[in-house]
Amino acid sequence: MENKFTTTEKKDTRSGFGAGLSELGKKNTNVVALCADLTGSLKMDAFQKDHPERFYQVGIAEANMIGIAAGLTIGGKIPFTGTFANFSTGRVYDQIRQSVAYSGKNVKICASHAGLTLGEDGATHQILEDIGLMKMLPGMVVINPCDYNQTKAATIAIADYVGPVYLRFGRPSVPNFTAADQQFEIGKAITLYDGTDVSIFATGHLVWKAIEAWEILQKQGISAEIINIHTIKPLDEAAIIASIKKTKCAVSAEEHNKFGGLGESISHVLTSTIPTPLEMVAVNDSFGESGTPDQLMTKYGLDTKDIVAAALRAIERKK
Amino acid sequence: MQALGRKNTIFKIMEPNLLFDVVRSFQLKANVMNTMNAYKRKVLLLKPKFSKLNKFILNLIMPTVKELESLCSQVRRDIVRMVHAVNSGHPGGSLGCTEYFVSLYFEIMKHNAKDFNMNGYNEDLFFLSNGHISPVFYSTLARSGYFPVSELGTFRKLNTRLQGHPTTHEHLPGVRIASGSLGQGMSVAIGAALAKKLNNDNSIVYTLHGDGELGEGQIWEATMYAAGNKVDNLICTIDVNGQQIDGPTDKVLPLGDLEAKFNAFGWKVLKISDGNKIAEVLEGLKIAKSHTGKGKPVVILMKTEMGAGVDFMMGSHKWHGVAPNDDQLAQALNQLPETSGDY
Repeated sequence: MENKFTTTEKKDTRSGFGAGLSELGKKNTNVVALCADLTGSLKMDAFQKDHPERFYQVGIAEANMIGIAAGLTIGGKIPFTGTFANFSTGRVYDQIRQSVAYSGKNVKICASHAGLTLGEDGATHQILEDIGLMKMLPGMVVINPCDYNQTKAATIAIADYVGPVYLRFGRPSVPNFTAADQQFEIGKAITLYDGTDVSIFATGHLVWKAIEAWEILQKQGISAEIINIHTIKPLDEAAIIASIKKTKCAVSAEEHNKFGGLGESISHVLTSTIPTPLEMVAVNDSFGESGTPDQLMTKYGLDTKDIVAAALRAIERKK
Repeated sequence: MQALGRKNTIFKIMEPNLLFDVVRSFQLKANVMNTMNAYKRKVLLLKPKFSKLNKFILNLIMPTVKELESLCSQVRRDIVRMVHAVNSGHPGGSLGCTEYFVSLYFEIMKHNAKDFNMNGYNEDLFFLSNGHISPVFYSTLARSGYFPVSELGTFRKLNTRLQGHPTTHEHLPGVRIASGSLGQGMSVAIGAALAKKLNNDNSIVYTLHGDGELGEGQIWEATMYAAGNKVDNLICTIDVNGQQIDGPTDKVLPLGDLEAKFNAFGWKVLKISDGNKIAEVLEGLKIAKSHTGKGKPVVILMKTEMGAGVDFMMGSHKWHGVAPNDDQLAQALNQLPETSGDY
């Protein structure tokens, strides 16, 4: 079987966010945007240019940005904050916890440059703990879309959801393979390939690598089910259980620490429903370092070949 | 009150129609009273012999101050009874800020206690940044009509809406943000003030902060932002009681010259020299209001006494977060007449 997902272009997911925000700005006058001195990096320029009265440049003061965003909701606004994932989460955790999550404010925390693929800037900026930090907050929705089109669709969709959301995306250009006209449904996993031997649950940049792994596994006579978990919280537990009932083993794949990430969320589902072998493709409790995105993904075990190897291990454990 | 550059409008008081309104309207009495303070200073002092009109005008304003002072006594009773009942909570700062809360909610703010709406369109908003003084906040909200006064008896108890620190989580009317972890309220207030500007809503956003709270860096991020972006529908008050948990602020982390600091950041700085005197607090807040809409955020440095109103709680940081025992409660209540009925 041929790979049905082909792509002719590579685009960065952060540009998908910028495009989605720009579209939102035109259709919803309650949408406001805040940025902590990274407007270009977050691709928020178009929104800033088109709606200067609804764009707040807060400078390098992320804690203040989160607080202002929380306050803007009191008055009916829908604030989208933008900075790197590291400064969107760990740096402002208490502000998000008290002023946004516990206060139940309708703030959309939009975080770029997540994970190792930020590249050369190194570990100070490569947060690999953000999914864990954010999913632990009661009521927080955590979304990690896989490509440009999906990030754009997710950005538009979260404006219609009332409540705090963490939207995670990245810096590098990656294959843009999902439909441009897709409707993004929060919490609804997307099955890309049906399979019977192993379930591969991937999120973010690892979804394309999971598709590449599918091709390799297929050539080895292995039928892998590929599921895009773009929403880590709330997790589509029904989709995970349905797939596991067919395949009886699982792989998780994410650009995140193995502690606190998607794999851990899936393991919780599996251990409390159908105990199942699960192999995690994730960073092994480590900080990152400087390097090109591709070099880092290889060194830290987040490549296509790592997903293939994990699938083979998971299948082996069924025996 | 040591505000600078005030232009009073004392002559308006002479209009008979306005005098009539004053008798009817609680809100207007405050306006008149502030005007009258200036009147006393600038006219009466120059003319020692009171005319009949002078006496009449002065008598008009007295009930407001007396009513609010009477209310303060009741709020203070609520505070000490609430913290005593659960043997926890923060009486010191609550007692010190009683005049501020009562002035704000009963005279200064335009707000709708009966029909609380989170967005507060066309209402003045208040954010308590130093959330630990929740007893005075809850008592004032209840006495203003946001929720039944009897609910004060649930403070800090299981399943209460009156959590140890204020929260929106239990949907208590009157609370618009959770606070307790310090330093966050000014940023939130700026956001609410910006939303008001977008909504063409001319109402004002008020905040209260502890002086010890100014140790949090986020306060200074917010201070810089508000001045730099002309958030001039914002009146922040700093409760300068000079005390924090571990001792005097000068010993824990010296605040330095707060007036110079806020001035340097570009704020309009006002002072209330005795924040435990209703007349001074009212006048200070009114003057602060007169400085809104002029391109600068306004800060009031309000000097208060931690534990004010209960003699053995005053003059020390020791009652910051300690509840009175039975004897101490009785001693405190003896000093605080019951004026509006205990909960």
